Amino acid sequence: MAIIEFITGTINYLCQPAILFTFSCLAFFGILFYAREWFGKKTTIILLEVGLLIFIAISMAHPTFRAVVAKPDNIPIVAMLFLLLFFTWLSIHKAVINDRLIDAGQDVESKKEAKELVFTWPDLVFSEFICTIAVWCLLLAWAIVLKAPLEEPANPVDTPNPSKAPWYFLGLQEMLVYYDPWLAGVVFPSLIIVGLILIPYIDTNPKGNGYYTFKERPFAITTFLFGFLILWNLLIVYGTFLRGPNWNFFGPYEVWDVHKLEVLRNVNLSEYIFREFGLNGGKLPDNPLIREALGILLTVGYLVGVPVLLARKWMKKTYEELGAARFYIMAALLVCMAALPLKMVLRWTINLKYIVAIPEAFFNI
Amino acid sequence: MAKAGFLESLRKSQAWKSIFRHGPPDNSRNKVLAVLMNVFLHLHPIRMKKSGIRMSFTWCMGGITFFLFLVETVTGVLLMFYYRPTAEFAYSDIIALREHVPIGIMREVHRWGAHLMVISVWLHMFRVFLTGSYKPPREFNWGIGVVLLTLTLLLSFTGYLLPWDQLAIWAITVGSNMARATPFLGSEGPGASLLNMIMGFDVVHSGSDARFALLAGRVVGEATLLRFYVLHCIFIPLVAALLMAVHFWRVRKDGGISGPL
Repeated sequence: MAIIEFITGTINYLCQPAILFTFSCLAFFGILFYAREWFGKKTTIILLEVGLLIFIAISMAHPTFRAVVAKPDNIPIVAMLFLLLFFTWLSIHKAVINDRLIDAGQDVESKKEAKELVFTWPDLVFSEFICTIAVWCLLLAWAIVLKAPLEEPANPVDTPNPSKAPWYFLGLQEMLVYYDPWLAGVVFPSLIIVGLILIPYIDTNPKGNGYYTFKERPFAITTFLFGFLILWNLLIVYGTFLRGPNWNFFGPYEVWDVHKLEVLRNVNLSEYIFREFGLNGGKLPDNPLIREALGILLTVGYLVGVPVLLARKWMKKTYEELGAARFYIMAALLVCMAALPLKMVLRWTINLKYIVAIPEAFFNI
Repeated sequence: MAKAGFLESLRKSQAWKSIFRHGPPDNSRNKVLAVLMNVFLHLHPIRMKKSGIRMSFTWCMGGITFFLFLVETVTGVLLMFYYRPTAEFAYSDIIALREHVPIGIMREVHRWGAHLMVISVWLHMFRVFLTGSYKPPREFNWGIGVVLLTLTLLLSFTGYLLPWDQLAIWAITVGSNMARATPFLGSEGPGASLLNMIMGFDVVHSGSDARFALLAGRVVGEATLLRFYVLHCIFIPLVAALLMAVHFWRVRKDGGISGPL
């Protein structure tokens, strides 16, 4: 029993936001840049999928784990984990093959087939038909085995704790830990939609059109995968499985205790300057603009300065290729995207609450 | 032999010939006609790149998403036979669907199908991105796809309220609370107080802001239920169907499923 407690305790510990995200990011960039060949192997995906399956299967014996994972509405997310892992593997697997062919100066995998025309009937129509039947069977089986969730009748005065949005929005709800609703719930989602639509107009790289590759478009693929896998899906998984009452963190084997106390010691940047460093005699100035001057300066500096630095220094070549308009739109979206992991790190390291805190006008960043 | 004979005579019958006006698709001409003369199949091109029908390339996720949309439409219509979108009846109608309707799994199919559709539409976008299929000449169609993805999420979100249980109203409450923080348009959003100051009276308050427009009230109530019901059953599906038509049309007009050039 002691050994089981040690293992569950260790996993609980490792699932804390700071540790899990840091580890996931390391794994993500490590695999993408240094271990694509290894990740793209067939044995790797079999081991990973089976490993995930065994982990979940064994953990189901733990009542707390089972209570969260086996909630009917959480089943799709478990399924999605397996699917995401598989399809990420499949795309990397194919990219590795194609990159090797490109390096050797040969045609990519299906180039010959792209010139060959086949009749829609029967080739396409039949595989569509089989696909349809397979999905329909899966759906029927799922519907027979698992009842759709139905809780107590709606009661506007009885707020459940935790109150969670539908699962596909839990990434946004998890973002509320780090940013206020006007950013996490309105500005960032809008930027995601606009940014996605703009992708084809920003990415002028003509290579990699119609086949899997990594080497021909490393920046585009890394950015997209980081956004999709880490910032969107990992946050959903986090918000679903590891956030309990009061949106506190709970390890996968930790009982959801309503009374769990988390010490709130998050401090605003302005409080840091005036209280901790004793500026202005340790008193916060009354005028919010003076109070938050440094935060505003830093924010504007980040939003404007980083794109300019990217253009002039770090991504000079890309800037010349894209031209000013395209590059600055891309850079603006990029710094907004990076703002989330940046704030996360600031929260974990120096307990930063808000960089700019003007609650009088609901303007907190 | 007897079986072939039966098929043969079936094909020669007047009824069969009235439906399929071409011979069996065992030669090129009839394979073309099989697609061309069928209103459902003519969404497809007549011939296509061999690379484009490979499942390992397309993952079939776009097709699965469309199929799930059809499943949701059919099961949704069946559910509408039994469901009344009022605070008085909504919950008990959902119970009745399970308890009193023969083969009462339509709600299950509808709900799990909706979850699957969200996943399949994400995977479709994932595949299209990784194969670079948004690149010219398909930029516009990618944009249509992003809007369709958003509509899929909104369809799922509006449907989430309809069972009218605790799960439903609180998920929608949490989700729609965000609208309160919309810059300038939300009563607790940045800029709203500025707008009120300029106008000299409270233009944006909890009874007039973006959240109020979404919920038709200050809290999730019966008016919200009706509003979400209409959005879920009529408005969003119509818009989505229209955009799907554009999406599929443009797949063909932009050169079919992408492949190495």
